[in-house]
Amino acid sequence: MSEEFKVEIVNPEKSFLVKDDVSEVVVPAFEGEMGILKDHISIISFLKPGIIKILSKSGDENYYVEDGIVEFKNNNLSILTSTIFNLADMDKSKQQDLIKQAEEEANKTDISDQSKYLADQKVEVLKTLN
Amino acid sequence: MASLDDLKKRIASVKSTQKITKAMKMVAAAKLRRAQESAEKGRPYSEKMNNVILNLSNGISDKENAPKLLSGTGQEKNHLCVVMTSDRGLCGGFNSNIIKKAKSYFAKILDEGKELKIITVGSKGNDQLKRVYGDKIIENISFKESKNANYFDADKVGKMVIEKFEAGEFDVCTIFYNQFKNVITQIPQAQQIIPLNNEGEENSSEESYEFEPDEDEILSNLLPKNISTQIFKAMLENSASEQGSRMSAMDNATRNAGEMVDKLTIEYNRSRQAAITKELIEIISGAESL
Repeated sequence: MSEEFKVEIVNPEKSFLVKDDVSEVVVPAFEGEMGILKDHISIISFLKPGIIKILSKSGDENYYVEDGIVEFKNNNLSILTSTIFNLADMDKSKQQDLIKQAEEEANKTDISDQSKYLADQKVEVLKTLN
Repeated sequence: MASLDDLKKRIASVKSTQKITKAMKMVAAAKLRRAQESAEKGRPYSEKMNNVILNLSNGISDKENAPKLLSGTGQEKNHLCVVMTSDRGLCGGFNSNIIKKAKSYFAKILDEGKELKIITVGSKGNDQLKRVYGDKIIENISFKESKNANYFDADKVGKMVIEKFEAGEFDVCTIFYNQFKNVITQIPQAQQIIPLNNEGEENSSEESYEFEPDEDEILSNLLPKNISTQIFKAMLENSASEQGSRMSAMDNATRNAGEMVDKLTIEYNRSRQAAITKELIEIISGAESL
């Protein structure tokens, strides 16, 4: 029996990625990283800034996301996110830009604790990419 | 009858107008294809989002304490209307259709003695509404700089709406936009986004989900995003509709200009011939009298 399932990543502009030979996906869920294998129970959760790891036969892929929702049902994993970048396409200058943006956001004083936390997360995650 | 010279000038001017409308039509056609594509590509996101929310709200046990964005504030006194129009004119009935729809809704609300607040997106809507409802418009947003509808802009509008909701400025929010059906048909829509209308879709599977963290927290995180998504969807539909409407309007204009050129050319030829005939008669009768 195959141990593969289907993953679909959608952002507001388009369907970003569809893959149906995935063996495992690790998502940065709000309460910690979560690995999803085939026949996982149906679940809905949301994401914090972090890295999505997709392990599949045709190669592993890593994506940076800033937010999103994951839904897993009947061996279909849907990830809805507004900001996503493929790490393979991410170069130094892009990374620097994102860090700068996130830091600016984190340094604002008039934001809520939660958005402050999320912005800090962004900076932290982005800095570990290398 | 106009002189030959006048006719010539008019024909030239109609011809140059025709060139402009023809060019605009072709530009609109090219843009329409792109706008339509992005509207189609954007659909999965909002559909999925709706599904998730539907599943969540079915799963919620305590309807009384559900987030206000979902269940409403419990009253319907203050209405906020977001009227989405284009920034450019010359697109047929596109803007006036939305405005007409919006105005009839406004009249209904005011008749019922409720408070009305308006946010206009796009300068054309603001131009048309400010004469009558100028004092009700609380905000006017325009995205002239951004070429295509993008999520970032929609998010800005969404955040603003949510901010105002949390500040208790309104109870019900409705957005107005044109839904793109095909090039010649766009349907003006009024969609209520706060509180969320579930339209009684109970057909989703009874399957139970595991939630992490719990339903309430996910919902309160998800609902603001849904507002932005709905607004973004409206923006995409709108931009496709705008180009479609402009294309058919410009197509009509080009055809009308062609007809006008034909008519004027006939008139020009007739009067030229009349002048020649007149001159001939003068010459002949002059020769006869000798």
